Amino acid sequence: MFRQAPQLMARATTVAMRCRRLFSTDVPVEASADSTFVEAWRKLIPNIEPPKTPSSFMTPRPSTPASIPTKLTVNFVLPYSSQLSNKEVDMVIIPATTGLMGVLPGHVATIAELKPGVFSVHEGNDVTKYFVSSGFAFIHANSFADIIAVEAVPLDHIDPSLVHKGLADFTQKLNSASTDLEKAEAQIGVDVHSALNSALTG
Amino acid sequence: MAMAALRREGRRFAPMISPNPINSLRSSLAPSEEQAFIGVRSISTQIVRNRMKSVKNIQKITKAMKMVAASKLRAIQVRAENSRGLWQPFTALLGDTPSVDVKKNVIVTISSDKGLCGGINSTSVKTSRALFKLNSGPDKENRYVVLGEKAKAQLIRDSRKDIEITLTELQKNPLNYTQVSVLADEILKNVEYDALRIVFNKFGSVVSFMPTTATILSPEIVEKEAEAGGKIGDLDSYEIEGGETKSEILQNLTEFQFSCVMFNAVLENACSEQGARMSAMDSSSRNAGDMLDRLTLTYNRTRQASITTELIEIISGASALEG
Repeated sequence: MFRQAPQLMARATTVAMRCRRLFSTDVPVEASADSTFVEAWRKLIPNIEPPKTPSSFMTPRPSTPASIPTKLTVNFVLPYSSQLSNKEVDMVIIPATTGLMGVLPGHVATIAELKPGVFSVHEGNDVTKYFVSSGFAFIHANSFADIIAVEAVPLDHIDPSLVHKGLADFTQKLNSASTDLEKAEAQIGVDVHSALNSALTG
Repeated sequence: MAMAALRREGRRFAPMISPNPINSLRSSLAPSEEQAFIGVRSISTQIVRNRMKSVKNIQKITKAMKMVAASKLRAIQVRAENSRGLWQPFTALLGDTPSVDVKKNVIVTISSDKGLCGGINSTSVKTSRALFKLNSGPDKENRYVVLGEKAKAQLIRDSRKDIEITLTELQKNPLNYTQVSVLADEILKNVEYDALRIVFNKFGSVVSFMPTTATILSPEIVEKEAEAGGKIGDLDSYEIEGGETKSEILQNLTEFQFSCVMFNAVLENACSEQGARMSAMDSSSRNAGDMLDRLTLTYNRTRQASITTELIEIISGASALEG
């Protein structure tokens, strides 16, 4: 009965070992790092480990699927927070400089600059609206949309009376501006506030 | 490290325990104290006591610094983690190109203004030097842009002529995006570049940080690389909305990328700094504790020895009289 015990034990340990090894390789492998860079580094500076690069901290994006997916994956980031991260939604509307742009899954790959305006996220019947100041939007061919804004607030956090006051202030500043710099600054203020105003009323 | 320090301490103590410590340690004592020792035959414990006091003070300071670093770390870690989403879209779009071969490289070294934070500053300096070496060659031009007092102090020693701009006192006020974008603008206005290589320490945990380099290409190089295919060859397939020309929007894009990546890099580095300071201060207060234990032992032993000596003197004197 015990004759096979050593073998069984040995098998048990090998299984355990295999499991452990599987576990230790569980940490993300740096397959995405730039191999030519790492090789060149190792050749020239053998005593220091090559530094990491941003791609090794990022989960790789999936490649473009053959058929159009039903949902759009949205990343909406601000400097101080990630508002939406890999969220699957039906549609987003982006305030591009060329006009409002509705993005559905399978949208053609686009780079768009943003202007002050309303960015809305449509998810079934729910619509979340943000007011964004400026930034960029990248729409990738694999139905990923990245929106980077410098500042964004939900629309219901905006006080209409302050918007009116700000608009009046900046209009006055624009009229009294003497230098080009002042004029440009006042113009930006007027643009933002009138966009805010139209977002609130519209 | 702790053992080495202890051993060093032990060596320093050897003369103190010797019967006549005054001569060998005269330099470290105030002259008034010296007067009191003349003619004393027993072993003095004064020096050990002084040292114990100073070690205790050092321990108090390092403990306080650790507390301060811990509370600062907590605040900044949240901000650093929140800013991590910011650079990812750019990497997804423009790729990660550390191996790009261009003529004008600008290495942006990010470091801290204050010391006592382990090896983070020397790590980023070493990485920057290595990048400099990696990208140097005939008809190539490498420049440094240095952020922070500590990297400046290290780099100015051997590559003063290659430093283009140094910026310090970054963390006087809490970091925000506006501040960093002004800083990025300053850098972009004053240096000519084909590729900006930002070197910083990415925060892993309180005890670990990873030297990291992020590469940002100039708009012309982005266009050239996209045409040549390779890593960012996909860029040509993107439609561009807004702006009159493609190069104009690419310029806006790369400048925005630089400010975003810088913002994250500065936060990560500040976070690593606090983490490294916390662990450095933790180990130094532990070292001070070890040293204090050792000193207390020496002190007690010395005191006991002097008591024993006195007793022997009394007893032998008494027995001499009796005999």
